[in-house]
Amino acid sequence: MSVRTLPLLFLNLGGEMLYILDQRLRAQNIPGDKARKVLHDIISTMFNRKFMEELFKPQELYSKKALRTVYDRLAHASIMRLNQASMDKLYDLMTMAFKHQVLLCPRPKDVLLVTFNHLDAIKGFIQDSPAILHQVEEIFRQLTEVKCFFLLCLWQTYGGLSAGEFQLIRQTLLTFFQDLHIRVSLFLKDKVQNSNGRFVLPVSGPVPWGTEVPGLIRMFDSKGKEVKKVEFKHGGNYVTAPKEGSFELYGDRVLKLGTNMYSMNRPVETHMSGASKNLAPRTQENIAPNPLAKEELNFLARLMGGMEIKKPSGPEPGFRLNLFTTDEEEEQAALTRPEELSYEVINIQATQDQQRNEELARIMGELEVTDQPRQSASKGDDLLAMMDGL
Amino acid sequence: MFRRERSIPLRGSAAALCNNLSVLQLPSRNLTHFGVVHGPSAQLVSAAPEGVPLAQRQLHAKEGAGVSPPLITQVHWCVLPFRVLLVLTSHRGIQMYESDGSVMVYWHALDSGDASPVQAVFARGIAASGHFICVGTWSGRILVFDIPAKGPNIVLSEELAGHQTPVTDIATEPAQGQDCVADMVTADDSGLLCVWRSGPEFKLLTRIPGFGVPCPSVQLWHGTVAAGYGDGQVRLYEAGTGTLHVQISAHARAICALDLAPEVGKLLSAAEDTFVHIWKLSRSPESGYTEVEHCHGECVPDTQVCGARFCDPSGSSFAVTGYDLAEILRFSSV
Repeated sequence: MSVRTLPLLFLNLGGEMLYILDQRLRAQNIPGDKARKVLHDIISTMFNRKFMEELFKPQELYSKKALRTVYDRLAHASIMRLNQASMDKLYDLMTMAFKHQVLLCPRPKDVLLVTFNHLDAIKGFIQDSPAILHQVEEIFRQLTEVKCFFLLCLWQTYGGLSAGEFQLIRQTLLTFFQDLHIRVSLFLKDKVQNSNGRFVLPVSGPVPWGTEVPGLIRMFDSKGKEVKKVEFKHGGNYVTAPKEGSFELYGDRVLKLGTNMYSMNRPVETHMSGASKNLAPRTQENIAPNPLAKEELNFLARLMGGMEIKKPSGPEPGFRLNLFTTDEEEEQAALTRPEELSYEVINIQATQDQQRNEELARIMGELEVTDQPRQSASKGDDLLAMMDGL
Repeated sequence: MFRRERSIPLRGSAAALCNNLSVLQLPSRNLTHFGVVHGPSAQLVSAAPEGVPLAQRQLHAKEGAGVSPPLITQVHWCVLPFRVLLVLTSHRGIQMYESDGSVMVYWHALDSGDASPVQAVFARGIAASGHFICVGTWSGRILVFDIPAKGPNIVLSEELAGHQTPVTDIATEPAQGQDCVADMVTADDSGLLCVWRSGPEFKLLTRIPGFGVPCPSVQLWHGTVAAGYGDGQVRLYEAGTGTLHVQISAHARAICALDLAPEVGKLLSAAEDTFVHIWKLSRSPESGYTEVEHCHGECVPDTQVCGARFCDPSGSSFAVTGYDLAEILRFSSV
C-alpha cells in the first residue's frame, strides 16, 4: 500500500477532532478564553515542526489502535481532559467523518481538497480570538511559520503525484477504514448514512472534474472521424462539473467535503449497536497475539517524541469535556461499549525490553504534560501506563 | 432485464481494489468458484447454480520482512490447456495454488531492489496465455511463468519491459487457435496499453498511449482491446494498430472491472459510481468497424463496486463485489 498516506490521514482526522471539540466546548458552555486556549494548544501541537518531520517520513499506516493513542495524547495537550468513553466517541466520530469524505471524493486526488478544507478551517480557529491577543499573535506567528513548513511538506509529498498514485493512496485509506460502520446521528439525520451504517453514495450531481457525463457512445472510422453517435440511458442523474477546486494556498475548493458540518451546533451522538455484523475480521485483529505491538510502540515513540506538549503560561485550572449530553450517558456508554469496538491496546510486556523502555523514558522525559490525571510512579512509565490503561 | 439472485455470504468484506472478483465456471460439475480479496487474506467460495455456498477457504499472503501483514492485491484463476491454477499476488510476491486453493505449488518473491523508499512494491495483473501465466509488477515489468502440464516445476521464463508505471491488469485473447496475431494486452497506472504476441518469446506489437488517467481494467476480444479508465470511460481499440474505434462515457467514477462473455461478445463494466453496465460488441457488416450497443444498466445502491464478472459463457448472469460488503451479489437475466 502507499507509504505516503499518514500525513493525509493524520491532518484530516485532526481537523475533524477540532470541529467536534469546538462544538462540544460551546455546547458545554466552557468560557470562551479557555475553549480557545484548548484549541490553540492542540493546533500548535499538531503543527509542531519535529512532529511534522516524523509524520512526513514515508511509512506504512499503522493500526487504528496505534493512531488513536496519538489522538488521545493530542486531545490532552492542553488543560482539557476526556474520559475514555468520551475519547472513544470522539475517535469514532472523527474516523467515520473522514471515511465518508474519502468515499465520496469525486477523484482520488480530491482528498487534497478535503485536506485544504480542514486546513482552511484550522486557520479560522486561530484568527477568531480577541481575549489573549499577544498569545494569539505569538501562536499565529509560530503557526504561520510551521504552517508554511507544513504546506511545503504537503507540496513536496503530494504536488507531483500521478492519478495512479492518488488512487493507491485512496485504496490505502479505504483499507484503514474497512468494516467501520458506526452510525452517527448527524449522518443518519442528514441522510448521509443508512440505518445499517453504510454511507449513501449519491448517483446525481456533478461528475468529477475531467469526467464526462455518462450516456454517450461515439464510434470512429480508422481515420479517427466520428461516424456514429448513440445515447444510452445511464441510470444516474449527473451534470457537468462547474469548475475545478483550487489546490493553491488560498482558493475556492468547490468541494464541501471536509468543511465543518458541526457548526450548526447540533448534538453529536453515535450508536454503538447495529455495528457488529461485519466485525469478525476486526475481532480477530484484537484478540490474536499481536506481533506488531513492538513496531507500533516504536512508531508511537517516534511520532510522540516529536510532539511538544506546551506548558501552560499560568495556573490554569483544567476541566473535563464530555462528548455526551450528561455524565450518566457517558458512564452508560463506557459500560455498554461492545467488546469488538474496544480500542484497548494489547498489554505490552513492559519487562521484556529494558532498552526500549529506557529510550521511551528518555523521550517521555522531554515531554511536559500538565494536569496528568493518572498517578504514575515515574515519567518514563507514563507512555506504557497510558497505553495499558486504554 | 436482470433480477437479484441469492447473495453468497463472505467471511470478510471485499477490499477497495480493482478487479476484485474472479470467477471459475465449472459447468460440468455444476459448480462456480468465486475469489475475493479481503485484505491480508483472500476468500474462495464454491457455490451451486442457485448460489448455495458449498465450500469456502481462506488464503493468506505469505509473510515476509516488513511491518504489517502483507496485503493481497489480486486473486485470479488461470485456465491453461491442461490445468487450472489459482494465482494470488501481494505486496511480497506471487503465490500459485492448485485450483481449489488446497496446495501452493509455487512462490515467487518480488525483488524490490531498485524501488525508492516512497514506492509501493507489489505484484498485480494476472492472466493465462497458452501455457504461460503472466503477472504484472509495481515497476511495470511483466513476469512470464512457464507452467508445466502438471507438478510444481514452474519457471520464470521472461521479464517483459513495456511499462514504466505499476501494471494494473492483463488480458489475453480468450479464443485459442484463432488467427490472432495480437493475443495479450497489458495496462498500467498511466493509462498506457501494450499489445503483445505470445510465444516462446513474447513480442511487443503496439503501444496505445494513455491520457493521464489510470487504466485499471482491460479485456481482449477478437482483436479488439476494451479498456476501462479512471475517468469512467470505456474505449475500444483495434489491437493490431491501436486505432480508437469506440469511446463510451460509461460511468461517472473510476471503472474498477471489465469482463467479457466471449461467445456472445458481451462486455461488462463496473465502476465506483455503483453502476454495472452490459454492452454488446459487434462488427458492422458494411464498414467492418467495431460497434457497441448498450444492453443493460444495473445500480447497486450505495455500493462502491470493486469487482464484477459474468458467471456463465452466454453472459446471462453476473456477480458483483463491493468495498466493505461481506457478500457476493448475483444477478441473472429473466
